[in-house]
Amino acid sequence: MLGEGILKGLAETARNFVGSYFSAERLTTVQYPEQRIAPIEATRDFPFLVYDGADWEAGLRCVACQICEKECPPKCIYIEKSTGKKPDALGKPQFYPARFDIDISVCMSCQICVEVCPFEAIKMDTEFELSTTDRFGGLLYDRKELAKSNEHYHKIHPTEAAAVDAHLAGEKAKADAKTKAAAAAATAKAAASAAPPAGGGA
Amino acid sequence: MFANLDQIFVLLKQWAVGWLPASWQAAAGVLLCVVAIICVFPGLFAITVLLERKGLGRMQNRYGPNRVGIFGILQPVADGIKSLTKEDLVPLSADAVVHFIAPVFLVVVVFMGYAVLPMGRNMTLVHLDAALLFYFAIGASTELSVFMAGWSSRNKYSLLGAMRAVAQMISYEVPLLMSSVAVVMITGSLSLDKIVAAQNQYTWGLPHWYIFTPWGFAGFAMFAIAATAETNRSPFDLPEGESELVAGYFTEYSGFKFAEFFLGEYVGMLSISGLGTTLFLGGWSSPLAVLGWVPSWFWFFAKIMLSMCVYIWMRGTLPRLRQDQLMNFAWKFVLPLTLLNLFVTALWRFMGDGWERWLVCSAILVLAYVVMGRTGMHRDHLGARRYRYAD
Amino acid sequence: MGFVFYVIVALTLAGALAAVLLKNTVHCALALTVAFAGLALQFLELDAQFAGFAQILVYVGAVAILVVFAILLTRGSETPKDGVFSRTWLAGLAIAAAVFAVLGWAVLGSAQALPGPGGARTAPPTVTVLQIGNALMSRYVLPLEIVALLLTAALIGAVMVAMHEKAGTQ
Repeated sequence: MLGEGILKGLAETARNFVGSYFSAERLTTVQYPEQRIAPIEATRDFPFLVYDGADWEAGLRCVACQICEKECPPKCIYIEKSTGKKPDALGKPQFYPARFDIDISVCMSCQICVEVCPFEAIKMDTEFELSTTDRFGGLLYDRKELAKSNEHYHKIHPTEAAAVDAHLAGEKAKADAKTKAAAAAATAKAAASAAPPAGGGA
Repeated sequence: MFANLDQIFVLLKQWAVGWLPASWQAAAGVLLCVVAIICVFPGLFAITVLLERKGLGRMQNRYGPNRVGIFGILQPVADGIKSLTKEDLVPLSADAVVHFIAPVFLVVVVFMGYAVLPMGRNMTLVHLDAALLFYFAIGASTELSVFMAGWSSRNKYSLLGAMRAVAQMISYEVPLLMSSVAVVMITGSLSLDKIVAAQNQYTWGLPHWYIFTPWGFAGFAMFAIAATAETNRSPFDLPEGESELVAGYFTEYSGFKFAEFFLGEYVGMLSISGLGTTLFLGGWSSPLAVLGWVPSWFWFFAKIMLSMCVYIWMRGTLPRLRQDQLMNFAWKFVLPLTLLNLFVTALWRFMGDGWERWLVCSAILVLAYVVMGRTGMHRDHLGARRYRYAD
Repeated sequence: MGFVFYVIVALTLAGALAAVLLKNTVHCALALTVAFAGLALQFLELDAQFAGFAQILVYVGAVAILVVFAILLTRGSETPKDGVFSRTWLAGLAIAAAVFAVLGWAVLGSAQALPGPGGARTAPPTVTVLQIGNALMSRYVLPLEIVALLLTAALIGAVMVAMHEKAGTQ
């Protein structure tokens, strides 16, 4: 029958209209900013730099390898490598970023920098209320603004951060074992060299 | 007491005019009525816009505007201030004079239609013998404004929108007129006052509104469809189809001129609702004889606001038609049915007062509706959609 | 012949002159619409309601739109940049004057337009819409039906033309 569909549609909209006053199901709008939905764990928007310990500058995991800078599709990362080296978490002397800038207004939240980072140094944040009155510099974040503690990382992405920590601990254990083995080998070698040579000296 | 309340506006006018010398009284009375119309209907326009935004929101499972004032009731004021303070842009290549005249002309013409609408007992501004003809003559002029707006903007979207609008308005003016002619045939007068008076009678406490007759019901349905198309409202809002034409004929308008088009559209809707109310819904007469004590103007305004709510409901429900569907619907469905309705109306007029005419007239109309709905619409792709999915 | 009459005459004449003299064809069409509307007002001023409203409905509502559509569909989008008036304004004015002369001659030639033998004009009859309706439905019913038949034939013809074109394109 012609017009039947129109009547059905009208009934549906009428149900929506009346229902919106009674059932939350038919009025799904959240009144941001007074009401907020808790972000889901996989939420991501812009990258930040993870640091361990209390001092952000000393604890930065980043070693300025510049892989993320090269991989970044919109080229929003700018890194300047330090001239000197300082020991990283494993105690190995590494470069560190003298400058690490991300232009948030250019970043497209693709997470490729996170994927490629071999040092678990860059992660995605969930902070999205970043509006600023400064059109040009306001969204260009330097390393101080980007640095956030590992605790923050644990707070926003607990599962992922735990996995990362486990991985890092494993690495550290491996490195420790390696240094220990190396130390043992060195001591063994030293002991061996202390013993008289079997054959003629080279 | 209630009689005074019913005539309160008339008495107020007489009281106000009474202060003036006798020779000025007639002109001052007319001026006062004009000022009242120009104040009241934009006010209703503001209320309608608010209702529309909130109602549509609720239909789409969201709140409408609720930030300006309590429950967002000051939203129309904010909208008004915004449009008044925006820059009035005229494209460099536009025809500035015509570009300026178009919205002004639209608003003037739209307000002229109210001159003949009876808004309550003794509340018609101009008592014309040919009031209905006047209304349609004025209504036909809005097409010119639409064309002027579209052409003078020198923008292809504007021009396309104007072409669509004019084609649509011309097509739907025919059924609009034809469905109104049925009322004229029964009443025997083009005067809207007489049409309301003919409906302001009661049998068993029920009114003699024309919508409660078979031809009147069909006529009202056709009138409502044609009026929706005539005012470019959804689902017939192709002229301003934003997905393909930006905003149609008023693409190049901003600031106050845009507000004028907006006002023109809504005041036109209110006006054509008033005409439909007058023709089919008994104008200012009360829906039940026992409610006769309620002021007549209340019923008129209640009826037109109810029509506006139906407009909004329609807009919240129906998707936009395609141009060929629109034209097919006008010429192959609405027009034949209105012509048939004219015939049925004549039958009704000459079949006497018995119950047979109810049966015969209803049967003819229902049969025609079913047959046309079943056959014609399917062939013209206006029937139920058959979806084909990719394998 | 009061003040209102002269205002309407001025409006009508201005519209008609603009329609003849202007360069942009769409402007001419719009000016012509003004002249039509002025004429309708003139009818209303003379208490001929039906003629006045029919003039607006048919000429402003339909004929003007038809003219405008015809202009848009037949001409390119070129817009004359320089000058407001048409180059052939003299010819337009001459033709308009010639047509006016012929019409005026015909009108003045008819007996009713002239004052009666005593020099007094016959009182203009007041015609209501009701009378026009009655006359159309009783005395002039045959002409009305013939006109209706003609219009129906024209309508069917238009439909046939449109259908033929559609079949050709498919």
